[in-house]
Amino acid sequence: MKKTGAQILCESLIKEEVEVIFGMLGGSVLPIYDTFPQYPQLRHILVRHEQGAAHAADGYARATHKAGVCIATSGPGATNLVTGIACAYMDSAPMVAITGQVARPVIGRDAFQEMDITGITIPITKHNYLVTDVGELARTVKEAFHIAQTGRPGPVLIDIPRDVQQEQTEFIYPDKLDLPGYRVISRGHPAQIKKAAKLINEAEQPVIIAGRGIVISQAYDEFQEFAEKAQIPVAHTLLGLSCFPGDHILDLGMMGMHGTGCANMAVQNADLLVAIGMRFDDRATANTKEFAPNARVIHIDIDPAEIGKNVPVDVPVVGDIKSVLTAMNEEVERREHADWLSQIEQWRREYPPQDIRQSDELLPQYIVHQICEATQGDALMVTGVGQNQMFVARYFTFTKPDSLISAGGLGPMGFELPAAMGAKIGRPGEVAWCVAGDGGFQMTIQELATITQENVAVKIAVMNNGCLGMVRQWQELFYERRYVDTKLWNPDFVKIAEAYEIPGVRVKRREEVIPAIHKAMEHPGAFLIDFLVEPEENIYPIVPPGECLARFFEPSRTGIWERKSGISVTEF
Amino acid sequence: MTDTKHTLVALVEDKPGVLNRVASLFRRRSFNIESLAVGGSEDPGLSRMTIVAIGDSAQVEQVRKQLEKLINVVKVSDITEGDMVTRELALIKVKAAASTRSEIMQIVNIFRANIIDVAPGSLTVEVTGDEDKVNSLLGLLRDFGVKEVSRTGRIALTRGSSS
Repeated sequence: MKKTGAQILCESLIKEEVEVIFGMLGGSVLPIYDTFPQYPQLRHILVRHEQGAAHAADGYARATHKAGVCIATSGPGATNLVTGIACAYMDSAPMVAITGQVARPVIGRDAFQEMDITGITIPITKHNYLVTDVGELARTVKEAFHIAQTGRPGPVLIDIPRDVQQEQTEFIYPDKLDLPGYRVISRGHPAQIKKAAKLINEAEQPVIIAGRGIVISQAYDEFQEFAEKAQIPVAHTLLGLSCFPGDHILDLGMMGMHGTGCANMAVQNADLLVAIGMRFDDRATANTKEFAPNARVIHIDIDPAEIGKNVPVDVPVVGDIKSVLTAMNEEVERREHADWLSQIEQWRREYPPQDIRQSDELLPQYIVHQICEATQGDALMVTGVGQNQMFVARYFTFTKPDSLISAGGLGPMGFELPAAMGAKIGRPGEVAWCVAGDGGFQMTIQELATITQENVAVKIAVMNNGCLGMVRQWQELFYERRYVDTKLWNPDFVKIAEAYEIPGVRVKRREEVIPAIHKAMEHPGAFLIDFLVEPEENIYPIVPPGECLARFFEPSRTGIWERKSGISVTEF
Repeated sequence: MTDTKHTLVALVEDKPGVLNRVASLFRRRSFNIESLAVGGSEDPGLSRMTIVAIGDSAQVEQVRKQLEKLINVVKVSDITEGDMVTRELALIKVKAAASTRSEIMQIVNIFRANIIDVAPGSLTVEVTGDEDKVNSLLGLLRDFGVKEVSRTGRIALTRGSSS
């Protein structure tokens, strides 16, 4: 029996074990939506803006390690997905974005709501398709899911003209793929693994840089065995947090621009860096010219193009982290680095990683710390972008594997609410906290309606400092306190939540924090806490832009490792 | 490291938009290319692209690896270091009066080039060779007044039976 393109799409999604689709309707996807009632096993979540659909699919994907699916109509629907697709691309999250396109006869004629979305998304997708023949649709969907979910994951977009959705053909879902240009290297080269192991066995001051690749590969056990066996301290990139117990003696916390003093000092003084599933992002490495000057570098990553892209590498190992570490654990010797660890402990004492200054004011660090205490770390933390993100990264002790969802590479404010919604739908059994800034919260605040409509029990903590906090911090530190347009007039977020039928409380004082968090957790559904935090609280330490990792700065402490060139931090 | 010319040969799927993907990648990653030539290959489903990229070895290796990540790109080789044959085709329309025509034809003969169009005021010359040969002929013809030039850019294969 022949089926329409829309039916073929739905049946193909079911073959790919899709359960949830985040989307918004429009003229060019009506045939698809028209068939949804025939496929009740596909749960459609109606968002209020397509950006929300893309971020929600991203959050869902990161929470489940399966491709998140979002759908939007042609033209503005498709372009509204762009930020969310780009975010998934930068952070290697698997996603299949489906867009409607105008009918084939009018493509290229600037028809109503026509937009060249495949052209637009070339640089932000792993691959994309314009399906011009219904006979190609099933194969295209199969390829899209395969590409999105294997190797280094990423988003794939499928653009389907409206008349292709209506055209009929036999539905045959292919068993095999023919992708001669797509190869995934999963096992690391044994000779490279041996070479790497030799360097590791000889190192005296090794440091691991743990990135999101460990989380993607779900190699928590192999990684912990590796770090413990070779006794190597672990510094994390932002998205590498929660791949290793944050309370472990070898854990240094996050490195980078807002990294802990001990992580940054350890990396800069290392004689060997073992970089795993990370891409030497500038926020992690700071100035690469002065980055870890005495270190040899082992780089383990599934993407060969990451090797040597930003930092020269001595021993590359290309492969899936889990497989490479399993092999590596056979090769590395059990080592002890007592002197090195005692040096690190000294840095840890000198620059306490989770120090909260004494104050009666309501500090974001304190709030994050209390969420961590109240949940015992057993929560899925979803952050926005900016200070709120850095406070979570630094003051939440990630003891549970795979418990942070944050937009690292693209850094889109407004990620938090829809991503938390998607993540909670993906892992309904877990407590999901959405930590938002008051700026970012308002960028996707409309998804509160989706949260209520779909009854998604997200706990929302708004760090309301009445300004664009991270930008304000930069204006303070690097633009001589010229605060241009960073102050925000805000609505009453508790009333806003109430209007969306989400209960909430406002917290102004320290002593109200713990009761409010408990109230949020005891409430069965979504809950909002509007934390009126100290407006001028900064996230420290900070490595000023252009400086090397060791020249971090905080009001009472400064990095002292190396000052032979460049500016002194006391000049600020 | 110093910038040099690298010859990359890519086998790509013959599908719509592939050239756009390749061009987009060069622009996106700020890679400089001197020429890009594309046409059919021995396989009906595949095209062969020859890309002349300028950069140091590390940059060009980045280009190669980024190109290989494109799903429609089957294989990319940097054949600069190996033994290769390269050719370029150029069409040159040169001013030719009755008094200069025979001189131009002599030069064209020396270069084993061909005259493919003759008009009252001009000759169109077809020349095939490596870039140096094309440049030399073009240099000589400039004295007569070159009206139009169209060059294909380099195409290349490795020497010998290896592929």
